[in-house]
Amino acid sequence: MPKGLHLTAIWGATVGSIASAYFIICANSFMQHPVGYVINHAKGRAELTDIWAVLTNKVALAAFPHTLFACFMVSAAVIISVAAWHLYRNQHLETMRPALRFGLWMMIAAGALTILSGDQLGLAMVETQPMKMASAEALYHTSTGFNASFSIFTLGTPDGVHELFSIRVPYLLSFLSTHTFDGTVEGINNLQAQYRAAYGPGDYSPIIWITYWSFRWMMGLGMIAILISVVGLWVTRKGRMPKNKWVWRAATWSFPLPLAAMVIGWVFTEMGRQPWLVFGLLKTSDGVSPGTTGVEVLISLIAFTAIYATLAVVEFRLILKAAQKGPDEPTKIDATTGELLHEATVY
Amino acid sequence: MSLPDLWFLLIGLFFTGYFVLDGFDFGVGMSLPFLAKDDTDRRVLINTIGPVWDLNETWVIVAGAALFAAFPEWYATVFSGFYLPMLFILLALILRGVSFEYRHQRPEHRWKRTFDRMIFIGSVVPAFLWGLVFANLVRGMALDKNFDYIGSFADLFNAYSIVGGLATLLLFFTHGVIFVSLKTDGEIRVRARKLAVRSGAVTIVIAGGFLLATCVAHGRPLSIVLSIAAVVTILVSYIANVRGREGIAFGFMAATIALAVASLFAALFPNVLPATNDPANTMTIANASSGHYTLEVMSWISLIFVPLILAYQGFTYWIFRKRVTRAIITAGAH
Repeated sequence: MPKGLHLTAIWGATVGSIASAYFIICANSFMQHPVGYVINHAKGRAELTDIWAVLTNKVALAAFPHTLFACFMVSAAVIISVAAWHLYRNQHLETMRPALRFGLWMMIAAGALTILSGDQLGLAMVETQPMKMASAEALYHTSTGFNASFSIFTLGTPDGVHELFSIRVPYLLSFLSTHTFDGTVEGINNLQAQYRAAYGPGDYSPIIWITYWSFRWMMGLGMIAILISVVGLWVTRKGRMPKNKWVWRAATWSFPLPLAAMVIGWVFTEMGRQPWLVFGLLKTSDGVSPGTTGVEVLISLIAFTAIYATLAVVEFRLILKAAQKGPDEPTKIDATTGELLHEATVY
Repeated sequence: MSLPDLWFLLIGLFFTGYFVLDGFDFGVGMSLPFLAKDDTDRRVLINTIGPVWDLNETWVIVAGAALFAAFPEWYATVFSGFYLPMLFILLALILRGVSFEYRHQRPEHRWKRTFDRMIFIGSVVPAFLWGLVFANLVRGMALDKNFDYIGSFADLFNAYSIVGGLATLLLFFTHGVIFVSLKTDGEIRVRARKLAVRSGAVTIVIAGGFLLATCVAHGRPLSIVLSIAAVVTILVSYIANVRGREGIAFGFMAATIALAVASLFAALFPNVLPATNDPANTMTIANASSGHYTLEVMSWISLIFVPLILAYQGFTYWIFRKRVTRAIITAGAH
């Protein structure tokens, strides 16, 4: 196989992965903020009228870079962890030191872009799903300016309605939601009344303690990962190798942070949409398939959980083994033709 | 031809392509305990499909996605009505897929044998269940006026659908064994040729019987013509195989599977899922399809991407066109 084609193949994989992420986000964004459709009342369904509107959904345009850069944070964390593991053991220095520095820079760059795109996504969310933002802050009453504060940490009664203790940053929620310090952020009670008027009686708020805490854990874990990278760049500046083993342990164990942040972020955005499957159009309770029984769904849930849990353990061990093995020998290149020597067997 | 009719045809083509392609790699997976005498043999077998099985499997994603977008009602009823069979197909494909990747990761005999077993089971289960599902589609199901399936899981297992499952199982098995004879050399090639003669005879009886039953109960002129053509091609494939003409045997076996699947879609047309309880609830191309605009968008996207996918898949087959032998396996680094 010629060298150029070999290179094309890896770029094909990259472009394909990113394109598939974009289309998945477009589908998900339709559920957050449906656009480009018309309701066909005769058939009782939504029908596509404008594919371009779906592909340029303002939620998708913000959520796609947010998800993509978060993925790059996860990759950066894996590079950092593997490189730190080897450097702590003083092996493969010529490969692992540049890898570590690359990973740390990548984490900071991807982290900054995740924050910026997350901010844009927040603005789109306030506009299209104000209930999600209100429940992210557990903001029951509509607030303006100073009072639209962001709580970093709150202890409350178990139902989340009454607050006992809280660390708050005034103006911050106003700024996050509107990019101004005197903006108004609508509260859950107010939105609840609006939705009841529009969609009929019912509860239109998600489970508040999940949205409140998932929003904080997502941001907090992501920020800690970025912070570790900033410190990491500083302590390894100009070829330095810190002696303190805790520096290396922190770097090695940083890989679950962005991964957890990403999973929790999905929990937030999906739980924050509840009780809707497609916001404003279809409730989750109305989306249940009549032809499928509860037992069947239970069987599939148990089967998927069991198989994916088992595979996760096997996969993690295999990745660990591959990572600890260190870099492969350089790929052999045919001296006369310049072609990569192609391995005849894959398995 | 109207757009919904075109998409019925395209979905038929996608499933046909899927069964022809993934069919032989199911067959290779199922043949492991019959053709391999040691680990090298098993690696020869796995490497015959190693570079292509996942390409082959993309066609079921294409077919499923096309079904979802072009015929949302059909998709909803099929995936809810066949919830458990579809679940088992999916789980089997997951286990089979990871087994190809995990098998060579560790040297222990027990590790390898575990994944060999999973490859076998992961090939048998979908090979049988796809036939069961398609037989039930042609036969029809109990549907209410919203096209929701109102039968039970047990109703999916009837004499006709079980024979349908055995028919695809045997077709894919023989297809895969012929593929092994075409893609390997030495003793295993000879063993594969002999096994294909024996399994081919059983396949002709069962698959022929299934097509006959389909023609008698659900036949339409086109489906009967296609079924007869399928029987002719499988006989040609069998004779070619007996005479050691592997390429011809494989080509005609592929044609057999394509014609058989096409005959099932022809038997359905213009319905997509007959209601066995009340003909008024039968799902048709007209009442199950998407809006015109959706189909138009899908047609443009397919016009661009389907040739592209075909081109790079064809290229992959070309790159890996050589026969896989024990010598190549033992010379490899793994």
